[in-house]
Amino acid sequence: MRFVDEFRSGELAQKLAHELVTLVEPGRTMKLMEVCGGHTHTIYKHGIEDLVPPEIDFVHGPGCPVCVIPMGRVDDAIALAERPEVIFTTFGDMLRVPGGRGSLLEAKARGADVRMVYSPLDALELARRNPAREVIFFAIGFETTAPSTAVTVLRARAEGIRNFSAFCNHVTIGPPLKAILDSPGLQIDAFIAPGHVSTVVGTRPYDFIARDYGKPVVVTAFEPIDILHATVMLVRQLREGRCEVENQYTRVVRRDGNPRAIAALEETMELRDTFEWRGLGWIAHSALKLRPELADWDAEARFELPGTRIEDPKACQCGEVLIGAIKPWECKVFGTACTPERPIGTCMVSSEGACAAYYNYGRLQRRRDRVPA
Amino acid sequence: MRPRRPKLRDEVVTLAHGAGGKATRALVEGLFLEELDNPLLAPLSDSALLELNGSRFAFTTDSYVVKPIFFPGGDIGDLAVNGTVNDLAVAGARPVALSAGFVIEEGFAVADLRRIAASMARAAAVAGVPVATGDTKVVERGKADGLYVTTAGIGVVPPEVELGPERVRPGDRVLVSGTIGDHGMAVMVARGELELEVDLRSDTAAVLPLTLALLELGGAIRWMRDPTRGGLATALNELAQQAGVAVSLAEASLPLRPAVIGTCEILGIDPLHVANEGRLVAVVAADASDAALAALRSHPLGADAAIVGEVRAAPEGLVLLETAFGGNRIVDMLVGDPLPRIC
Repeated sequence: MRFVDEFRSGELAQKLAHELVTLVEPGRTMKLMEVCGGHTHTIYKHGIEDLVPPEIDFVHGPGCPVCVIPMGRVDDAIALAERPEVIFTTFGDMLRVPGGRGSLLEAKARGADVRMVYSPLDALELARRNPAREVIFFAIGFETTAPSTAVTVLRARAEGIRNFSAFCNHVTIGPPLKAILDSPGLQIDAFIAPGHVSTVVGTRPYDFIARDYGKPVVVTAFEPIDILHATVMLVRQLREGRCEVENQYTRVVRRDGNPRAIAALEETMELRDTFEWRGLGWIAHSALKLRPELADWDAEARFELPGTRIEDPKACQCGEVLIGAIKPWECKVFGTACTPERPIGTCMVSSEGACAAYYNYGRLQRRRDRVPA
Repeated sequence: MRPRRPKLRDEVVTLAHGAGGKATRALVEGLFLEELDNPLLAPLSDSALLELNGSRFAFTTDSYVVKPIFFPGGDIGDLAVNGTVNDLAVAGARPVALSAGFVIEEGFAVADLRRIAASMARAAAVAGVPVATGDTKVVERGKADGLYVTTAGIGVVPPEVELGPERVRPGDRVLVSGTIGDHGMAVMVARGELELEVDLRSDTAAVLPLTLALLELGGAIRWMRDPTRGGLATALNELAQQAGVAVSLAEASLPLRPAVIGTCEILGIDPLHVANEGRLVAVVAADASDAALAALRSHPLGADAAIVGEVRAAPEGLVLLETAFGGNRIVDMLVGDPLPRIC
């Protein structure tokens, strides 16, 4: 496939892998956190760990938007979906995420009108076609998806569509990174920073990581070659004692991001004082809500929500996985009580969650340790 | 090494139970097999194998609820005939007769129904098997999504045919008869929810000429399946678990249309999990694999056939993929419906 094959060339991969071998110091482990779930997915799907020297250790970070939604918010979504007048719309991978009262998929099976959409604009179209119903869009994601929610709300206002609202759960990328950097016993040496979100926010939001915490950062695209390339760039920084924010995704990401998307966000949304992250707890100024003047399109303002807070299940160690303190398979319930078909923690739900990616693609290495091939 | 029978712990049936992956297995094994258990049903293969008066018969049934009813490359009618013919064919049988049951929603256009019946007739003629009996029911408007079709079929298994997971050996080769993922992606795009303009057609077809050509090679043919719901990944995972072997695939050798790769890429779906309706996957002894490939390619339906992998002794029960990139990964069964990623 044009424009994709180039980034999956085995030959180029071998070259980069060879370069890594010459760059690493034998015995000095370098822990690189890939922040974004998309990177985690790529690492496992293409078997990148097989290509890098053992000194490179990928640690899977918190950048899976589905994984960080707390169970209480899923229950709020289900409560909205169960209202008889509501058509509740959501991206596909939120459907299976378990809350305290099951998942949206189960709510749908019980009779709630839950529909999968590919864009919030599809939800707005449903609102146009069903004027007697209330169409609610389950808005989740980092700054990557937030602008599309912003644009949709602005369009609803411009067209005077009153039966559309967004249940806003958008989160921001900077604060959780800071929370991870501040966590005691942190062992991350450098960061593979997310690509898609950076197309919106640019590379400036990562400056504090290099400046205040002395850790190298490379903003990285999503093809396997991109990740190997970023790994080379980070290892080079570490070997040379530099710590800078570098941009590997130059084909799309600009230093200042996308000004139009940022303007749409600023026009529609403001920071919440605090927001709960699954596994990470409450983080100040880490999420977005619609501005008060858009209350007519804000599901939280228009509908009663249970707002119950649900403790993460005791057995679940998603929080430790999300900050890179443990590997997915070191969790007590990984692969036994918690599997993609019966997830306990959200890291097992989305294909971009560290646990699901590892479960789906990566169990090979550990099997190989036990079973000689 | 047959893994423990999965438990069905859900309180209600969800769409995931219909997607052909792990949840479907839990529903079938944890409920239906538990209640209906008998030696004919227990192997849960595409067809049951019956012995009557010294002859062996394959017997199978399947229901079709595809939406949209008409899609590029086919419709619910030829799909229903081909699907049941294929379930018989991969059991090594020559189909003898089919049945067809129709659940029709009040208000369904007669012209559409005639078009569907004609397409069934064409598919049955190509496969050389009559639709020998049938049934119709009409339900109130809103009680069925236009039309559901159920077909069943019976076929004769020649005495010399021996197929099954227990016959699969390390070193055997894995062949597919053509490009994978065409049907599932064609239908997904035809639903019109994606605003993608892609030229994709369902691969719906009877694989009978291909299975008959392979069976000419005798005992070298170990096992055959038509990888429908859940895709090639699910069919091979079931094989790996039932046979207690590993299956290793080479990503670079998988026949894939660029349009399927592109659509899957956009949606974050693995083509290995996408349904096929006119494809065959077979395990063949290594020394017969070239002959088997030639046999498949000699028929137009098998023009894109390829050797895509091999059977290994370990790690038991797993399907592995050597990525074109040079790494390795596991290929798991599908869990629930393939859900597009958010970003």
